[in-house]
Amino acid sequence: MGLENQLVGDNVLVTSLNKLVNWGRSNSVWPCTFGLACCALEMIASTLADFDISRFGSEVFRPSPRQSDLIIIAGTLTKKMSVMVKRIYDQMADPKWVIAMGACASCGGVFKSYAVVQGADQIIPVDVYIPGCPPRPEAVLAGLMKIQEKIRTERLDQRRDFKPGMLEIPTGN
Amino acid sequence: MTDLLIIPIIKMLVIFGVCLFFVAYTTWIERKALGHFQLRYGPMRVGYHGLLQPLADAVKNFFKEEVVPDNADRAVFLMAPVISISFAVMLLAVIPFGPAMTIFGKRIDLYLANPSIGILFILGLATIGSYGTILGGWSSGNKYGYMGGLRASAMIISYELSLAFAVLSIIMVTGSFSLVDMVAAQQHFWDWNIFREPVAFLVFMISGIAELNRTPFDMPEAESELCCGYNIEYSSMKFSLFFLAEYTHLFVFASLVTTLFLGGWHGPVLPGLVWFFVKTFAVIFVCIWIRATIPRLRYDKVMKLEWKFLLPVALANVIATGVVVALLG
Repeated sequence: MGLENQLVGDNVLVTSLNKLVNWGRSNSVWPCTFGLACCALEMIASTLADFDISRFGSEVFRPSPRQSDLIIIAGTLTKKMSVMVKRIYDQMADPKWVIAMGACASCGGVFKSYAVVQGADQIIPVDVYIPGCPPRPEAVLAGLMKIQEKIRTERLDQRRDFKPGMLEIPTGN
Repeated sequence: MTDLLIIPIIKMLVIFGVCLFFVAYTTWIERKALGHFQLRYGPMRVGYHGLLQPLADAVKNFFKEEVVPDNADRAVFLMAPVISISFAVMLLAVIPFGPAMTIFGKRIDLYLANPSIGILFILGLATIGSYGTILGGWSSGNKYGYMGGLRASAMIISYELSLAFAVLSIIMVTGSFSLVDMVAAQQHFWDWNIFREPVAFLVFMISGIAELNRTPFDMPEAESELCCGYNIEYSSMKFSLFFLAEYTHLFVFASLVTTLFLGGWHGPVLPGLVWFFVKTFAVIFVCIWIRATIPRLRYDKVMKLEWKFLLPVALANVIATGVVVALLG
């Protein structure tokens, strides 16, 4: 994680800081410009006039994974592509969240085949699953709101990139 | 003591604070305006009509992980955003924001400095600021970043020419390099340089937008070709600094258009300071409008536009201005 790694020891600041940081993070979730299949078109549609993902401050689709907070696995995840998806996920700067959009990304969908990964959660940790084939843009917005809700109720020491001992005073010399 | 030290420091803080506030809210204006141009709402959920959006973005970016790639040139990589933002902010020093005011019996000029070569100062520092872009792209050890840096330097080299020639014709008309003198020369509506030098105004607008790397000419960060170009490896606050520098440049460009062509702070009824910001934000709005209207040009067409069209036009305009100024004495 970012700056809060530098906080060591029991800090009174941490709870209020948690609130502020969670407020900031939840209201500016910038997704990665990344789509795999037909679901990507519904994801694109969610940024357009009728649905407008920018109301939540999320229309800033960053082309670089370094600047994005959210990766939407939009479409069928083949085994060949899974390497790239894993690499993009690894390149993203913490904190990062993942939405598995549609049946294919959630569980392989209709493609029960040797070529398709049976769910994105086989390779990267998924926060929110959106059902549908493909899901409507409203469902994408609902998924985004779920992510926001998750960020708002999150505690610093419960994040999965939190390492034990991160907040303790270093002992020894 | 007060005149030499304290008043400039107060002015510096006020200019820095107020302008960076406006710059931060330029991002909000851009997102809202782009939204409404595309029949959307833009940010709505944080504060009234998304008014706290810049704050939320800042908080998020502040607490995001900083990534320094292994094959980046670490020192240059860390310096590049600093170069970008510091030279952008320095430009604010010579812009005349309004007429002189009297506070506590003291005459306060609403500019930080009035060097006799004000406009050269701006042209020079704006070009140095682009070193941030170029070095940031080159040092990040990424081929897209490298291409972005390369394109940024090509853009600066070519568009700086027509920009300088457009400014040159204004200097010939005014007879001074100082921005304060230029504003003073445009007191009456029909004296505004936009009426005296319409060609220079158009050339300045086009090459200024190119210099800012904004959308019809956003070569260094062309999303569809270079991902996001020079800032591709930058995360968290370093990326924010690049972004802030870009919008500070936009603000400075808009205030330059106001100062050089639109009569500076002159205007009826309202105080000068208000007129300055009204005009500046009108120019910023036009820039956003252009962004929402025109798609990106191809790279070779951008170069063609400059070398085969804008530069000859600007040169001819300088010659014509010289002839007219010489004839009128």
